[in-house]
Amino acid sequence: MARQTHLLRVNGREHEILAEPNRTLLEVVRDDLRLTGAKEGCGTGDCGACTMLVDGRIVTSCLMLWPEAGGHEVRTIEGLADGSALHPLQRAFIEHGAVQCGFCIPGMILAGVATLERTPGATRAEIRDGIAGNLCRCTGYQKIVDAIESVAQAPAGRD
Amino acid sequence: MRHFDYARPTSLAEAVRTLRSLGEGARPLGGGTDLLVQVKEGHLRPAALVSLAGIAELDGVGLAGDGSLRVGARATMQEVADHAAVRERFSALADGAAVVGSYQTRNAATIGGNVCNAAPSADTSPPLVALSARAQIAGVGGEREIAVEELWSGPGRTTLEPGEIVTAFVVPTPPPGSGSHYERHTPRKVMDIAVVGVSTQLTIDGGVVAAARIALGAVAPTVIRAVRAERSLIGRAVSGEVAAEAGRIAASEATPIDDVRGTVAFRRYLVEKMTSASVLRSAERALG
Ligand SMILES: Cc1cc2nc3c(=O)[nH]c(=O)nc-3n(C[C@H](O)[C@H](O)[C@H](O)COP(=O)(O)OP(=O)(O)OC[C@H]3O[C@@H](n4cnc5c(N)ncnc54)[C@H](O)[C@@H]3O)c2cc1C
Ligand code: FES
Ligand code: FES
Repeated sequence: MARQTHLLRVNGREHEILAEPNRTLLEVVRDDLRLTGAKEGCGTGDCGACTMLVDGRIVTSCLMLWPEAGGHEVRTIEGLADGSALHPLQRAFIEHGAVQCGFCIPGMILAGVATLERTPGATRAEIRDGIAGNLCRCTGYQKIVDAIESVAQAPAGRD
Repeated sequence: MRHFDYARPTSLAEAVRTLRSLGEGARPLGGGTDLLVQVKEGHLRPAALVSLAGIAELDGVGLAGDGSLRVGARATMQEVADHAAVRERFSALADGAAVVGSYQTRNAATIGGNVCNAAPSADTSPPLVALSARAQIAGVGGEREIAVEELWSGPGRTTLEPGEIVTAFVVPTPPPGSGSHYERHTPRKVMDIAVVGVSTQLTIDGGVVAAARIALGAVAPTVIRAVRAERSLIGRAVSGEVAAEAGRIAASEATPIDDVRGTVAFRRYLVEKMTSASVLRSAERALG
Protein backbone atom coordinates (compact mmCIF):
# COMPACT_ATOMS: atom_id res chain seq x y z
CA MET A 1 0.00 0.00 0.00
CA ALA A 2 1.12 3.47 -0.84
CA ARG A 3 2.94 5.46 1.76
CA GLN A 4 1.69 9.00 2.20
CA THR A 5 3.32 12.29 3.03
CA HIS A 6 1.76 14.63 5.57
CA LEU A 7 3.10 17.46 7.68
CA LEU A 8 3.05 16.70 11.38
CA ARG A 9 3.57 19.49 13.90
CA VAL A 10 4.91 18.08 17.15
CA ASN A 11 5.99 20.25 20.07
CA GLY A 12 6.11 23.29 17.81
CA ARG A 13 8.31 21.69 15.16
CA GLU A 14 7.09 20.74 11.72
CA HIS A 15 8.05 17.32 10.37
CA GLU A 16 7.44 16.01 6.89
CA ILE A 17 6.56 12.38 7.43
CA LEU A 18 6.48 9.70 4.77
CA ALA A 19 4.81 6.61 6.14
CA GLU A 20 2.06 4.09 5.66
CA PRO A 21 -1.28 5.54 6.75
CA ASN A 22 -2.27 2.53 8.84
CA ARG A 23 0.23 3.45 11.57
CA THR A 24 -0.88 5.22 14.70
CA LEU A 25 0.22 8.66 15.84
CA LEU A 26 1.88 6.89 18.78
CA GLU A 27 3.97 4.65 16.50
CA VAL A 28 5.12 7.48 14.26
CA VAL A 29 6.01 9.79 17.14
CA ARG A 30 7.91 7.03 18.95
CA ASP A 31 9.56 5.19 16.04
CA ASP A 32 10.07 7.90 13.42
CA LEU A 33 10.45 11.02 15.56
CA ARG A 34 12.14 9.11 18.41
CA LEU A 35 10.05 10.82 21.06
CA THR A 36 9.54 7.87 23.38
CA GLY A 37 7.86 9.55 26.34
CA ALA A 38 4.41 8.36 25.35
CA LYS A 39 4.09 4.61 25.90
CA GLU A 40 1.95 1.86 24.49
CA GLY A 41 0.25 0.06 27.34
CA CYS A 42 -2.93 -1.51 25.97
CA GLY A 43 -3.21 -0.18 22.42
CA THR A 44 -7.00 -0.02 22.79
CA GLY A 45 -7.74 3.27 24.52
CA ASP A 46 -8.05 1.89 28.05
CA CYS A 47 -4.86 2.84 29.89
CA GLY A 48 -3.90 6.37 28.84
CA ALA A 49 -0.15 5.66 28.70
CA CYS A 50 -0.11 6.95 25.11
CA THR A 51 -1.84 10.24 25.97
CA MET A 52 -0.87 13.25 23.83
CA LEU A 53 -2.37 16.70 23.47
CA VAL A 54 -3.85 17.44 20.05
CA ASP A 55 -4.87 21.09 19.76
CA GLY A 56 -4.72 21.24 23.55
CA ARG A 57 -7.05 18.28 24.12
CA ILE A 58 -5.87 14.93 25.43
CA VAL A 59 -6.37 11.90 23.20
CA THR A 60 -5.16 8.31 23.19
CA SER A 61 -2.60 8.37 20.39
CA CYS A 62 -2.79 4.57 20.04
CA LEU A 63 -6.24 5.03 18.49
CA MET A 64 -5.42 7.88 16.14
CA LEU A 65 -4.00 7.28 12.67
CA TRP A 66 -1.03 9.60 12.24
CA PRO A 67 -2.35 11.34 9.09
CA GLU A 68 -5.39 12.38 11.16
CA ALA A 69 -3.08 14.57 13.22
CA GLY A 70 -1.89 16.41 10.12
CA GLY A 71 -2.76 20.10 10.32
CA HIS A 72 -3.10 19.93 14.10
CA GLU A 73 -0.80 20.87 16.95
CA VAL A 74 0.53 17.76 18.70
CA ARG A 75 2.17 18.07 22.10
CA THR A 76 3.94 15.26 23.91
CA ILE A 77 5.56 15.12 27.33
CA GLU A 78 8.85 16.13 25.68
CA GLY A 79 7.31 19.47 24.73
CA LEU A 80 6.17 20.38 28.22
CA ALA A 81 9.34 21.72 29.83
CA ASP A 82 10.56 25.17 28.84
CA GLY A 83 14.13 24.34 27.90
CA SER A 84 15.67 22.96 31.06
CA ALA A 85 12.95 24.46 33.27
CA LEU A 86 10.43 21.79 34.14
CA HIS A 87 6.70 22.44 33.98
CA PRO A 88 5.22 23.04 37.46
CA LEU A 89 3.39 19.71 37.26
CA GLN A 90 6.60 17.87 36.42
CA ARG A 91 8.27 19.45 39.45
CA ALA A 92 5.27 18.64 41.63
CA PHE A 93 5.39 14.96 40.61
CA ILE A 94 9.05 14.83 41.66
CA GLU A 95 8.47 16.73 44.90
CA HIS A 96 5.55 14.51 45.91
CA GLY A 97 7.27 11.24 45.05
CA ALA A 98 4.42 10.57 42.64
CA VAL A 99 6.56 8.49 40.28
CA GLN A 100 7.46 4.83 40.72
CA CYS A 101 8.19 2.83 37.54
CA GLY A 102 7.24 5.88 35.47
CA PHE A 103 5.40 4.08 32.67
CA CYS A 104 2.12 5.92 33.22
CA ILE A 105 3.67 9.27 34.13
CA PRO A 106 3.94 11.04 30.75
CA GLY A 107 0.27 10.37 30.13
CA MET A 108 -0.65 11.15 33.71
CA ILE A 109 1.09 14.54 33.61
CA LEU A 110 -0.54 15.51 30.31
CA ALA A 111 -3.93 14.49 31.73
CA GLY A 112 -3.09 16.69 34.71
CA VAL A 113 -2.20 19.59 32.42
CA ALA A 114 -5.53 19.20 30.62
CA THR A 115 -7.40 18.99 33.93
CA LEU A 116 -5.88 22.22 35.23
CA GLU A 117 -6.51 23.93 31.91
CA ARG A 118 -10.17 22.90 31.99
CA THR A 119 -10.70 23.43 35.70
CA PRO A 120 -8.22 25.86 37.24
CA GLY A 121 -8.19 25.26 41.00
CA ALA A 122 -9.53 21.72 40.49
CA THR A 123 -10.65 19.83 43.59
CA ARG A 124 -9.44 16.31 44.35
CA ALA A 125 -12.68 14.90 42.90
CA GLU A 126 -12.19 16.90 39.71
CA ILE A 127 -8.58 15.77 39.50
CA ARG A 128 -9.63 12.13 39.87
CA ASP A 129 -12.21 12.64 37.14
CA GLY A 130 -9.56 14.27 34.93
CA ILE A 131 -7.18 11.30 35.23
CA ALA A 132 -9.89 8.61 35.09
CA GLY A 133 -8.55 7.48 31.71
CA ASN A 134 -5.02 6.90 33.03
CA LEU A 135 -4.10 3.68 34.79
CA CYS A 136 -1.16 3.41 37.19
CA ARG A 137 -0.08 0.01 38.46
CA CYS A 138 2.38 1.33 41.04
CA THR A 139 1.47 4.38 43.04
CA GLY A 140 -2.12 3.83 44.14
CA TYR A 141 -2.85 7.29 42.67
CA GLN A 142 -2.74 9.08 46.02
CA LYS A 143 0.54 10.89 45.45
CA ILE A 144 -0.34 11.61 41.85
CA VAL A 145 -3.51 13.37 43.00
CA ASP A 146 -1.49 15.14 45.73
CA ALA A 147 0.97 16.40 43.13
CA ILE A 148 -1.69 17.73 40.77
CA GLU A 149 -3.61 19.21 43.68
CA SER A 150 -0.53 21.09 44.90
CA VAL A 151 -0.33 22.90 41.57
CA ALA A 152 -4.09 23.40 41.38
CA GLN A 153 -4.09 25.04 44.81
CA ALA A 154 -0.90 27.09 44.27
CA PRO A 155 -1.56 30.83 44.29
CA ALA A 156 -1.73 32.07 40.71
CA GLY A 157 1.58 33.33 39.44
CA ARG A 158 3.71 31.43 41.99
CA ASP A 159 5.11 29.28 39.21
CA MET B 1 -2.12 -2.77 12.24
CA ARG B 2 -3.16 -4.63 9.11
CA HIS B 3 -3.06 -2.71 5.84
CA PHE B 4 -5.77 -0.47 4.49
CA ASP B 5 -5.86 2.50 2.19
CA TYR B 6 -6.58 5.91 3.63
CA ALA B 7 -8.18 8.92 2.04
CA ARG B 8 -8.97 12.29 3.52
CA PRO B 9 -11.52 14.09 1.36
CA THR B 10 -12.19 17.76 2.03
CA SER B 11 -15.86 17.93 1.08
CA LEU B 12 -18.92 15.81 1.65
CA ALA B 13 -19.46 15.29 -2.08
CA GLU B 14 -15.88 14.09 -2.48
CA ALA B 15 -16.22 11.76 0.52
CA VAL B 16 -19.37 10.15 -0.87
CA ARG B 17 -17.70 9.72 -4.29
CA THR B 18 -14.56 8.28 -2.69
CA LEU B 19 -16.49 5.79 -0.55
CA ARG B 20 -18.48 4.76 -3.56
CA SER B 21 -15.46 4.30 -5.83
CA LEU B 22 -13.54 2.31 -3.20
CA GLY B 23 -16.49 -0.06 -2.93
CA GLU B 24 -17.64 -2.55 -0.32
CA GLY B 25 -14.56 -2.70 1.89
CA ALA B 26 -14.37 1.06 2.44
CA ARG B 27 -15.53 2.57 5.73
CA PRO B 28 -15.96 6.11 6.97
CA LEU B 29 -13.53 6.94 9.78
CA GLY B 30 -14.77 9.17 12.59
CA GLY B 31 -12.69 9.37 15.75
CA GLY B 32 -11.59 5.76 15.28
CA THR B 33 -12.23 4.78 18.91
CA ASP B 34 -14.47 1.89 17.88
CA LEU B 35 -13.15 1.27 14.38
CA LEU B 36 -9.43 1.06 15.16
CA VAL B 37 -10.04 -1.21 18.15
CA GLN B 38 -12.05 -3.51 15.87
CA VAL B 39 -9.27 -3.49 13.26
CA LYS B 40 -6.55 -4.10 15.85
CA GLU B 41 -8.51 -6.97 17.38
CA GLY B 42 -9.13 -8.49 13.95
CA HIS B 43 -12.93 -8.16 13.97
CA LEU B 44 -12.92 -5.82 11.00
CA ARG B 45 -10.78 -5.91 7.87
CA PRO B 46 -11.49 -2.73 5.92
CA ALA B 47 -9.83 -2.29 2.52
CA ALA B 48 -9.88 1.46 2.98
CA LEU B 49 -10.77 4.09 5.54
CA VAL B 50 -12.20 7.38 4.39
CA SER B 51 -11.48 10.01 7.00
CA LEU B 52 -14.28 12.42 7.81
CA ALA B 53 -11.87 14.79 9.60
CA GLY B 54 -11.45 17.20 6.69
CA ILE B 55 -15.15 17.78 6.05
CA ALA B 56 -16.32 21.04 7.60
CA GLU B 57 -19.99 20.27 6.86
CA LEU B 58 -19.92 17.57 9.53
CA ASP B 59 -18.68 19.78 12.36
CA GLY B 60 -20.36 21.78 15.05
CA VAL B 61 -23.22 21.80 17.53
CA GLY B 62 -25.77 24.59 17.36
CA LEU B 63 -29.34 25.78 17.59
CA ALA B 64 -31.30 26.58 14.45
CA GLY B 65 -33.64 29.58 14.20
CA ASP B 66 -36.64 27.43 15.22
CA GLY B 67 -34.85 26.26 18.37
CA SER B 68 -34.08 22.78 17.06
CA LEU B 69 -30.63 21.39 17.74
CA ARG B 70 -28.22 20.36 15.01
CA VAL B 71 -25.36 18.12 16.05
CA GLY B 72 -22.84 17.52 13.27
CA ALA B 73 -21.85 13.87 12.95
CA ARG B 74 -18.22 14.79 13.71
CA ALA B 75 -19.08 16.64 16.93
CA THR B 76 -17.17 14.96 19.73
CA MET B 77 -18.71 13.59 22.89
CA GLN B 78 -16.90 16.27 24.90
CA GLU B 79 -18.25 19.06 22.69
CA VAL B 80 -21.77 17.71 23.07
CA ALA B 81 -21.42 17.22 26.83
CA ASP B 82 -20.05 20.74 27.33
CA HIS B 83 -22.51 22.59 25.09
CA ALA B 84 -24.62 24.92 27.23
CA ALA B 85 -27.82 24.62 25.19
CA VAL B 86 -27.54 20.84 25.04
CA ARG B 87 -27.15 20.63 28.81
CA GLU B 88 -30.04 22.94 29.42
CA ARG B 89 -32.64 21.91 26.86
CA PHE B 90 -31.56 18.51 25.57
CA SER B 91 -30.24 17.26 28.92
CA ALA B 92 -30.51 13.54 28.14
CA LEU B 93 -28.03 13.93 25.30
CA ALA B 94 -25.53 15.77 27.50
CA ASP B 95 -26.00 13.06 30.17
CA GLY B 96 -25.19 10.35 27.60
CA ALA B 97 -22.21 12.06 25.98
CA ALA B 98 -20.65 12.89 29.35
CA VAL B 99 -20.30 9.26 30.48
CA VAL B 100 -18.53 7.90 27.41
CA GLY B 101 -15.04 6.61 28.28
CA SER B 102 -12.48 9.10 29.55
CA TYR B 103 -11.64 12.66 28.50
CA GLN B 104 -9.22 11.08 26.03
CA THR B 105 -12.04 8.99 24.57
CA ARG B 106 -14.57 11.82 24.52
CA ASN B 107 -12.18 14.24 22.81
CA ALA B 108 -11.88 11.84 19.87
CA ALA B 109 -15.16 9.91 19.87
CA THR B 110 -17.80 11.41 17.59
CA ILE B 111 -21.55 11.18 17.91
CA GLY B 112 -21.78 9.87 14.34
CA GLY B 113 -19.42 7.03 15.25
CA ASN B 114 -21.27 6.25 18.47
CA VAL B 115 -24.58 5.89 16.64
CA CYS B 116 -23.25 4.24 13.44
CA ASN B 117 -21.26 1.66 15.36
CA ALA B 118 -24.76 0.47 16.27
CA ALA B 119 -23.90 -0.98 19.67
CA PRO B 120 -27.13 -1.43 21.65
CA SER B 121 -25.15 -0.06 24.60
CA ALA B 122 -24.01 3.18 22.88
CA ASP B 123 -24.59 5.96 25.39
CA THR B 124 -25.90 8.68 23.06
CA SER B 125 -28.34 6.40 21.24
CA PRO B 126 -31.13 6.13 23.86
CA PRO B 127 -31.04 9.91 24.43
CA LEU B 128 -31.33 10.60 20.69
CA VAL B 129 -34.31 8.24 20.47
CA ALA B 130 -35.97 9.74 23.55
CA LEU B 131 -35.48 13.22 22.08
CA SER B 132 -37.04 12.19 18.72
CA ALA B 133 -33.83 12.94 16.82
CA ARG B 134 -33.59 12.49 13.07
CA ALA B 135 -30.47 11.48 11.19
CA GLN B 136 -29.49 13.32 8.03
CA ILE B 137 -27.73 11.10 5.53
CA ALA B 138 -25.76 11.90 2.39
CA GLY B 139 -25.14 9.39 -0.38
CA VAL B 140 -24.52 9.22 -4.09
CA GLY B 141 -28.27 9.47 -4.70
CA GLY B 142 -28.53 12.69 -2.69
CA GLU B 143 -29.69 13.35 0.83
CA ARG B 144 -32.34 11.75 2.99
CA GLU B 145 -33.54 12.02 6.55
CA ILE B 146 -34.84 9.26 8.84
CA ALA B 147 -35.76 8.81 12.48
CA VAL B 148 -32.58 7.85 14.32
CA GLU B 149 -34.00 4.47 15.41
CA GLU B 150 -34.40 3.51 11.75
CA LEU B 151 -30.59 3.59 11.44
CA TRP B 152 -30.11 0.29 13.26
CA SER B 153 -30.96 -3.18 12.01
CA GLY B 154 -29.12 -5.22 14.65
CA PRO B 155 -26.07 -5.20 16.90
CA GLY B 156 -23.28 -3.55 14.87
CA ARG B 157 -25.52 -3.29 11.80
CA THR B 158 -27.03 -0.19 10.21
CA THR B 159 -29.46 0.42 7.41
CA LEU B 160 -26.97 2.73 5.67
CA GLU B 161 -26.27 1.91 2.04
CA PRO B 162 -22.63 1.48 1.03
CA GLY B 163 -21.18 4.93 0.51
CA GLU B 164 -23.68 6.69 2.74
CA ILE B 165 -22.52 9.04 5.48
CA VAL B 166 -24.53 10.39 8.39
CA THR B 167 -23.98 14.13 8.27
CA ALA B 168 -25.91 15.36 11.33
CA PHE B 169 -28.59 14.68 13.88
CA VAL B 170 -31.44 17.11 14.19
CA VAL B 171 -33.36 17.23 17.44
CA PRO B 172 -36.68 19.11 17.53
CA THR B 173 -37.17 21.75 20.22
CA PRO B 174 -38.86 20.15 23.20
CA PRO B 175 -42.20 21.87 23.93
CA PRO B 176 -42.34 24.13 27.02
CA GLY B 177 -42.62 22.03 30.18
CA SER B 178 -40.28 19.30 28.90
CA GLY B 179 -37.43 17.58 30.66
CA SER B 180 -35.18 14.67 29.69
CA HIS B 181 -32.64 12.38 31.31
CA TYR B 182 -30.27 9.48 30.61
CA GLU B 183 -28.60 7.14 33.02
CA ARG B 184 -26.73 3.87 32.60
CA HIS B 185 -25.82 1.15 34.99
CA THR B 186 -22.17 0.07 34.98
CA PRO B 187 -20.20 -1.90 37.57
CA ARG B 188 -17.43 0.69 37.38
CA LYS B 189 -18.29 4.38 37.46
CA VAL B 190 -16.21 5.24 34.40
CA MET B 191 -14.55 3.39 31.51
CA ASP B 192 -17.22 0.72 31.34
CA ILE B 193 -20.04 -0.36 29.04
CA ALA B 194 -23.71 0.03 29.94
CA VAL B 195 -25.40 -3.09 31.33
CA VAL B 196 -28.62 -1.15 30.84
CA GLY B 197 -29.16 2.44 29.69
CA VAL B 198 -32.45 4.30 30.09
CA SER B 199 -33.45 7.63 28.64
CA THR B 200 -36.74 9.45 29.10
CA GLN B 201 -38.30 12.68 27.94
CA LEU B 202 -41.53 14.02 29.44
CA THR B 203 -43.66 17.01 28.58
CA ILE B 204 -45.87 18.16 31.41
CA ASP B 205 -48.84 20.40 30.73
CA GLY B 206 -51.34 21.47 33.36
CA GLY B 207 -49.82 19.09 35.90
CA VAL B 208 -50.21 15.95 33.78
CA VAL B 209 -48.02 14.19 31.23
CA ALA B 210 -48.83 15.39 27.73
CA ALA B 211 -46.05 13.46 25.94
CA ALA B 212 -43.56 10.79 26.95
CA ARG B 213 -40.70 8.96 25.23
CA ILE B 214 -38.77 6.14 26.86
CA ALA B 215 -35.73 4.54 25.16
CA LEU B 216 -33.86 1.52 26.47
CA GLY B 217 -30.24 0.61 25.70
CA ALA B 218 -28.50 -2.78 25.96
CA VAL B 219 -31.69 -4.78 26.48
CA ALA B 220 -32.48 -5.71 22.86
CA PRO B 221 -30.55 -6.11 19.57
CA THR B 222 -30.94 -2.37 19.03
CA VAL B 223 -31.97 0.54 21.21
CA ILE B 224 -35.74 0.25 21.58
CA ARG B 225 -38.67 2.36 22.74
CA ALA B 226 -40.86 1.20 25.58
CA VAL B 227 -44.06 2.30 23.90
CA ARG B 228 -46.55 0.79 26.33
CA ALA B 229 -44.71 2.32 29.27
CA GLU B 230 -44.83 5.67 27.49
CA ARG B 231 -48.60 5.34 27.01
CA SER B 232 -49.17 4.46 30.65
CA LEU B 233 -47.94 7.93 31.60
CA ILE B 234 -50.13 10.02 29.34
CA GLY B 235 -52.74 12.16 31.08
CA ARG B 236 -51.48 11.32 34.56
CA ALA B 237 -49.72 13.38 37.19
CA VAL B 238 -46.25 11.97 37.81
CA SER B 239 -45.95 10.30 41.21
CA GLY B 240 -43.76 7.57 42.64
CA GLU B 241 -46.53 5.05 41.95
CA VAL B 242 -47.10 6.18 38.35
CA ALA B 243 -43.35 6.09 37.66
CA ALA B 244 -43.02 2.64 39.24
CA GLU B 245 -45.84 1.32 37.07
CA ALA B 246 -44.09 2.68 33.94
CA GLY B 247 -40.94 0.92 35.14
CA ARG B 248 -42.75 -2.41 35.49
CA ILE B 249 -44.25 -2.09 32.01
CA ALA B 250 -40.89 -1.10 30.48
CA ALA B 251 -39.29 -4.18 32.05
CA SER B 252 -41.85 -6.35 30.26
CA GLU B 253 -41.05 -4.65 26.94
CA ALA B 254 -37.29 -5.30 27.15
CA THR B 255 -35.88 -8.45 25.52
CA PRO B 256 -32.44 -8.66 27.11
CA ILE B 257 -29.90 -11.46 26.85
CA ASP B 258 -27.59 -13.11 29.36
CA ASP B 259 -23.96 -12.12 28.91
CA VAL B 260 -20.85 -11.38 30.93
CA ARG B 261 -22.23 -8.00 31.94
CA GLY B 262 -25.56 -9.20 33.31
CA THR B 263 -28.31 -11.80 33.31
CA VAL B 264 -31.77 -11.41 31.81
CA ALA B 265 -33.36 -11.16 35.24
CA PHE B 266 -30.85 -8.56 36.44
CA ARG B 267 -31.34 -6.48 33.30
CA ARG B 268 -35.13 -6.55 33.65
CA TYR B 269 -34.78 -5.51 37.28
CA LEU B 270 -32.53 -2.63 36.21
CA VAL B 271 -34.94 -1.52 33.48
CA GLU B 272 -37.77 -1.42 36.00
CA LYS B 273 -35.93 0.58 38.65
CA MET B 274 -34.00 2.83 36.27
CA THR B 275 -37.04 3.70 34.14
CA SER B 276 -38.99 4.60 37.22
CA ALA B 277 -36.15 6.79 38.49
CA SER B 278 -35.60 8.39 35.09
CA VAL B 279 -39.29 9.31 34.73
CA LEU B 280 -39.12 11.08 38.08
CA ARG B 281 -35.92 12.85 37.09
CA SER B 282 -37.31 14.03 33.74
CA ALA B 283 -40.45 15.27 35.51
CA GLU B 284 -38.26 17.20 37.94
CA ARG B 285 -36.33 18.75 35.07
CA ALA B 286 -39.57 19.52 33.21
CA LEU B 287 -40.85 21.49 36.19
CA GLY B 288 -37.45 23.01 37.07
C1 LIG C 1 -11.56 3.28 26.11
C2 LIG C 1 -12.89 3.38 25.44
C3 LIG C 1 -14.01 3.62 26.21
C4 LIG C 1 -15.26 3.70 25.59
N1 LIG C 1 -16.35 3.95 26.37
C5 LIG C 1 -17.57 4.07 25.79
C6 LIG C 1 -18.72 4.36 26.58
O1 LIG C 1 -18.63 4.52 27.80
N2 LIG C 1 -19.93 4.47 25.96
C7 LIG C 1 -20.05 4.32 24.60
O2 LIG C 1 -21.16 4.44 24.09
N3 LIG C 1 -18.98 4.04 23.83
C8 LIG C 1 -17.75 3.90 24.39
N4 LIG C 1 -16.65 3.61 23.61
C9 LIG C 1 -16.85 3.37 22.19
C10 LIG C 1 -16.57 4.57 21.27
O3 LIG C 1 -15.67 5.47 21.84
C11 LIG C 1 -17.84 5.34 20.92
O4 LIG C 1 -18.81 4.50 20.37
C12 LIG C 1 -17.52 6.49 19.94
O5 LIG C 1 -18.54 7.45 19.98
C13 LIG C 1 -17.31 6.03 18.51
O6 LIG C 1 -17.09 7.18 17.73
P1 LIG C 1 -15.84 7.33 16.75
O7 LIG C 1 -15.94 8.66 16.14
O8 LIG C 1 -14.59 7.01 17.44
O9 LIG C 1 -16.24 6.21 15.69
P2 LIG C 1 -15.34 5.36 14.70
O10 LIG C 1 -14.61 4.34 15.46
O11 LIG C 1 -14.57 6.24 13.80
O12 LIG C 1 -16.51 4.68 13.85
C14 LIG C 1 -17.41 3.74 14.39
C15 LIG C 1 -18.29 3.18 13.27
O13 LIG C 1 -19.16 4.16 12.73
C16 LIG C 1 -18.91 4.38 11.35
N5 LIG C 1 -19.03 5.83 11.18
C17 LIG C 1 -18.38 6.80 11.88
N6 LIG C 1 -18.84 8.02 11.54
C18 LIG C 1 -19.80 7.83 10.60
C19 LIG C 1 -20.65 8.69 9.86
N7 LIG C 1 -20.63 10.03 10.03
N8 LIG C 1 -21.52 8.15 8.95
C20 LIG C 1 -21.57 6.80 8.78
N9 LIG C 1 -20.80 5.93 9.47
C21 LIG C 1 -19.92 6.43 10.36
C22 LIG C 1 -17.53 3.83 11.10
O14 LIG C 1 -17.39 3.42 9.76
C23 LIG C 1 -17.50 2.68 12.08
O15 LIG C 1 -18.16 1.56 11.55
C24 LIG C 1 -15.38 3.53 24.19
C25 LIG C 1 -14.23 3.30 23.42
C26 LIG C 1 -13.00 3.23 24.02
C27 LIG C 1 -11.79 2.99 23.20
S1 FES D 1 -1.86 2.50 24.90
FE1 FES D 1 -3.29 3.96 24.28
S2 FES D 1 -4.70 3.90 25.88
FE2 FES D 1 -3.40 2.27 26.38
S1 FES E 1 4.32 4.71 38.19
FE1 FES E 1 4.31 2.70 37.43
S2 FES E 1 2.47 2.64 36.31
FE2 FES E 1 2.34 4.51 37.31
